[in-house]
Amino acid sequence: MNNFSYTQASTAKEATNIRKDAKDAAFIAGGTTLLDLMKADIEQHPQLVDINMLPFRGIELNDGSLRIGAMERMSDVGENALVLQQFPAVSEALLLSASPQLRNMASIGGNLMQRTRCGYFRDTAFPCNKRNPGSGCPAQQGDNRNLAILGGSQACIATNAGDLAVALAALDAVVLLENAKGKQRRVPLLEFHVLPGTTPQRETIIEADELIVAVLVPATAQARKSHYVKVRDRASYAFALVSAAVGLDVQGGQIRAARIALGGVGTKPWRAQEAEKLLVGKAATEENFRAAAAAAVRGAQPREHNRFKVEMVQKTIVRALQELMA
Amino acid sequence: MSQEPSADSAATTPGAAPTDGSRRSFMKQAGGILGLALAPPLIGQAERFTAFSKTVEGVTEMTLKVNGTARALRAEPRVTLLDALRENLDLTGTKKGCDHGQCGACTVLVDGRRVNSCLTLAVMNQGKEITTIEGLAKGEELHPMQAAFVKHDGFQCGYCTPGQIMSGVACVREGHATTDDQTREWMSGNLCRCGAYPNIVAAVREVAGKS
Repeated sequence: MNNFSYTQASTAKEATNIRKDAKDAAFIAGGTTLLDLMKADIEQHPQLVDINMLPFRGIELNDGSLRIGAMERMSDVGENALVLQQFPAVSEALLLSASPQLRNMASIGGNLMQRTRCGYFRDTAFPCNKRNPGSGCPAQQGDNRNLAILGGSQACIATNAGDLAVALAALDAVVLLENAKGKQRRVPLLEFHVLPGTTPQRETIIEADELIVAVLVPATAQARKSHYVKVRDRASYAFALVSAAVGLDVQGGQIRAARIALGGVGTKPWRAQEAEKLLVGKAATEENFRAAAAAAVRGAQPREHNRFKVEMVQKTIVRALQELMA
Repeated sequence: MSQEPSADSAATTPGAAPTDGSRRSFMKQAGGILGLALAPPLIGQAERFTAFSKTVEGVTEMTLKVNGTARALRAEPRVTLLDALRENLDLTGTKKGCDHGQCGACTVLVDGRRVNSCLTLAVMNQGKEITTIEGLAKGEELHPMQAAFVKHDGFQCGYCTPGQIMSGVACVREGHATTDDQTREWMSGNLCRCGAYPNIVAAVREVAGKS
């Protein structure tokens, strides 16, 4: 880890103004991603700005939305009674993430900013367009078992590693950002992360002088009836091979609204809107779930070692929907 | 931000004045003069610390409250809590396994919550109550979790054991050890390459049953 100076910010303005002038400084909240990456020499920052003092707190219902302060910890949000009862997929995604220790440390804002677990990105002995733009992507022909089948490019097929972001993508969440001028803007979570294209080093739309203040999740019928299923190489404490967050609004045996988002398969949290459309107006049957799942992987571009994900993610969608209706 | 130590830095950073000229060791107070001007005249030093940001660079004095005792040490801001405990405070019970938050050997309690001490900076943990494996026993009397690990043979090589025990203490306190399955899930942040898992679960479950 390179040496750095450490600043404890007491206001958001102070924190964002440091980054406005020193773009290679980094904010630190839980530190679980940042210090890991810095120890591996994947990131270097001359200054860390501790934002744990910022008052971005609270887990509450406000104007028909769940508002989660960005400084709240994953464990506290995952076990919050309001989240458990009215946003089960959010709670499940959080409690299936990482380990109890890491969830006690990691903030909600930081979790949305976590970087890929692609082995080439994490090993500085290899080229990587995300880490060193223009150096190449060995994953295309290399060990790509854990990498994306949707949203990839010639430059990058790294998977977004998040669980929470998948649940939030399904439930139409909005990210509230604030910049050094104190100006706030709201960005739909689906637009917060970007596809790699030719610039995989850019992963989100957040500007250097912006901080995540809160995440807002509309309190809808499909949020109340939502579910997250994660499939891993081992039973716990592993990143998703594939995952699915689903939500349904079913009335009188008919699906009025459907939400499906996928993890482990996309270069960003992946929303399957074509699959959702197929379910609206239909009955909640396995046959209809299978048809929707097939639509979710249309256009998938698997590589040599991750072809299994095409079928696995369909089965995961069907299982998630069936468990939701059980 | 000023690159110079501000006018009031000496007043607000007791003990931070460098005595060793060969080391870069100083603290900076962001917006120092302005901060001083805006501070209410009667505000205490500790409060002033929290009201205005401070920047730490190089080897500086810090204080960690470990197992009920305030301990002073000198370290760079990049020093993790784990390294500060082991290298600066000679509390080597807390183990360094992977050093990347993947194994749990470094688990300690901070303000009663279990964390991976390898992924947090010592400087960030000042003012918090840190409990390590050395802080569990009362003299010669083992903590019930320590006694349960001995009774159930919850280890082989023992390297993961301090982390397992700290995690187990928190797991029981959180109410996450009510069944074997739940215990396995909520202890999953602590790996044991010897495979003592059945005995670890038995130890944690026994303590949960008694509490």
